[in-house]
Amino acid sequence: MKPLLRIAHRIDRLNERIGRAASWLILVTVLVSAGNAIVRKAFRMSSNGLLEIQWSLFAAVFLLAAAYTLLKNEHVRIDVISSRFSPRTQAWIDIFGGVFFLLPLSAVVLYHAWPFFLNSFVSQEWSSNPGGLILWPAKLLIPAGFALLLLQGVAEIIKRAGFLLGLEPPESPAHSPAQEMLLRDTPEQHP
Amino acid sequence: MAPLMFASLVLFLLLGYPVAFSLAANGLLFAVIGIANGLLTEHLLSALPYRIYGIMQNETLLAIPFFTFMGLILERSGMAEDLLDTIGQLFGPVRGGIGYAVIFVGALLAATTGVVAASVISMGLISLPIMLRYGYDRRLAAGVIAASGTLAQIIPPSLVLIVLADQLQRPVSELYQGAIAPGLLLAAMYAVYVLLVSLVKPSATPALPLSARTLSGSQLAARVVFTLLPPLLLIFLVLGTIFLGIATPTEGGAMGASGALALALIKRRLNLALLKQALDATAKLSSFVLFILIGSTVFGLVFRAVNGDLWVEQLLVNLPGGTLGFLIVVNILVFVLAFFLDFFELAFILVPLLAPVADKLGIDLVWFGVLLAVNMQTSFMHPPFGFALFYLRSVAPKTDYVDKVSGKLTGGVSTSQIYWGAVPFVVIQVLMVAIVLAFPGLTGSHVKKITVDTPLKIDIPAFNNP
Repeated sequence: MKPLLRIAHRIDRLNERIGRAASWLILVTVLVSAGNAIVRKAFRMSSNGLLEIQWSLFAAVFLLAAAYTLLKNEHVRIDVISSRFSPRTQAWIDIFGGVFFLLPLSAVVLYHAWPFFLNSFVSQEWSSNPGGLILWPAKLLIPAGFALLLLQGVAEIIKRAGFLLGLEPPESPAHSPAQEMLLRDTPEQHP
Repeated sequence: MAPLMFASLVLFLLLGYPVAFSLAANGLLFAVIGIANGLLTEHLLSALPYRIYGIMQNETLLAIPFFTFMGLILERSGMAEDLLDTIGQLFGPVRGGIGYAVIFVGALLAATTGVVAASVISMGLISLPIMLRYGYDRRLAAGVIAASGTLAQIIPPSLVLIVLADQLQRPVSELYQGAIAPGLLLAAMYAVYVLLVSLVKPSATPALPLSARTLSGSQLAARVVFTLLPPLLLIFLVLGTIFLGIATPTEGGAMGASGALALALIKRRLNLALLKQALDATAKLSSFVLFILIGSTVFGLVFRAVNGDLWVEQLLVNLPGGTLGFLIVVNILVFVLAFFLDFFELAFILVPLLAPVADKLGIDLVWFGVLLAVNMQTSFMHPPFGFALFYLRSVAPKTDYVDKVSGKLTGGVSTSQIYWGAVPFVVIQVLMVAIVLAFPGLTGSHVKKITVDTPLKIDIPAFNNP
C-alpha cells in the first residue's frame, strides 16, 4: 500500500502544478478578450484567430484544471444524504464512484477522443474560418484533460483506500471556491 | 427505458459522488445497456468528443470565468467594504437604515459581481456587527443580508442567467434585459418589507445614533460620491455596453474583469497573492461548472437516444391546465428541487428537459428563463441547505460576545434565527415568481397572453411593450 500511496501523492503534485499553471491562462484570456473587444470597436477589425485563441485558452483552463478541482474536492456533490454518513462510508462511496463512474467515463472519452485528435493532427486540419487557427492543439486538450482526470481518479481511490486502512487523513471538506477564498484570511474573529 | 434511466439518475446523484461524473456515468451505463440490447448503436458514443468540442467552442460560456474573476477581484480589493461603510453611514440614522443600506449595496454588488458567496460574506462581516451592536432584530438582520446577497443571482451580470441563456438557446443580452426589472422590483420589495417591520415593530430596526457617524456634512457627501463612482462606472462599462449592443456579454465580462484589475491597482490593493487566489478559485469554479455541463451532455445524448425527451414531453404536455398548468407544475418542481440542488445542477439537468416542452407550448423562452431564475434564487435561501445561509453562518457570531466599539456584551445569532430570518424573504421571492408569471411584460418579452384550454378560461394580461 505504501508505494501506491507514494504514486498517488506524486499524481497529486503533478495535477496541483498543472492546475495552478492553467489558472494563469484565465488572466491571459481576459486580457486577450478585452483587447480584442477594443480593437474590434475602435478599428472595426475582427480576427477569427483571436476569437479562437480565447475559447481554446478557456478550454485549456477547465479541461486541464478538472483533475486539480477533483484533488481539491471541489466538484459539486449532492451531499444531502451522504453528509450524514461516517467518514468511512463516505470513503467507500468515493471508491465506488471512482471505480464505476469516473474511471469508465475517462476511459471511454479517452478512447474516442484520441482518434478525434489524431485525425486532425495527421491531416493538419485548419479552422474553416478565415484567419482561423490550426485545430489539433485544441482537440488535444480533450484527451489530455481526461487522461489527467483518469490519473487523479486513480490517486483518489488509492488515498481513500489508504484512509480506510488508517494510513491517510480523510478527505478535505468541500468548500465553494469563492467561499474558500474569502474565508482563507477571515479567521473566526468577531468585532 | 427512459423512466428507468431517470430513476437511476436520481439514485446516482443522491449517492453524493460529484454530480458531473455521476451524470455522465449514468449516461454511459444506459448506453451500454442499450447497445447490448441492440436498441442503440455503438456509433452513439463516438459522438462524445464532438459534443465536448462543441462545449469548448461555446463563446457564451466564456463569460462565466470573466464575471467570476471580476467579482472576486472586486470583493477582495475592498469595494464592498467601502460601499457598506459609506452607504451605512448615509442611511444609518434613519429607522431601518442599515437594512436599506444592505439591500442597496446588495443590488449594487449584484450588478457588478454576480457572486453570491462574496456578497453575503462581506455584508455578514461588515454590516451584521453594526446591526447587532445597535440592537437590530437578529432574524431580520440575518434575513436581509442573506436575501440581498442572493440578488446577485437575478440582477445581471448573473452567472445563472448566462447558463440559462445557453441552455435555452436565447441570447444572453435578452435574458439580462428580461431580468433587470424583476431583479430591481425584488430589491424594492425587500425594502418595503424592512419598512413594514420598522413601522409595525420599531424596536426591531432601531435608527443609529448620529454619534455612530464618523463623517458628516460635506465630507460624507464627498465620500458617497467617491465610493459610488467606481461601481457605477463598472456597471456602465459592463451592462451599459451590453444593453446598448456595443459589446457581447463575453466582451463585457472581459472589459469588466480588466476594469476590476485596474481599480484594484489604482487602490493599491492588487498583489500577487490576491491575484493567484482569484485565478485559482476561478479555475476551479469554471472547471466544476463546465464538467457538470459535460456530464449532462453525456446524459442527454443517451437520454434522447432512448427517446427520453419524448417521454418527458408526453408527461408534461398532458398536464391539466395546458400552458399555465405546465408553468405552475414546473415552478413547484423547481422550488421543491431547489431544497436539494443548487442552481447549476438545476440549470444543467432540469432545464434541458423542460426547455423543448416550453418551446413547443409556445412559451416565450426569455420569460421562461427569467421565471426559472427568480425561482432558483430561493435555492440559496431554503433552510437548511441554502448556500447564502451557510455563508452567513460561517461569518456570523454564534455566541454572545463583547462588542469592540460599545464595549457591551452583545448577543450572537443562532442558526435557527438565521433560518427563520430567511423565511419572509423566501415568501417575497415566491411572490415575485407569481408576479413574473402573471405579468410576462415585466421581462420585456413579446408574450401577448396565454390562453388556457380548460373549462376555466384565464387570460393573463401583459404590458404592451413597444
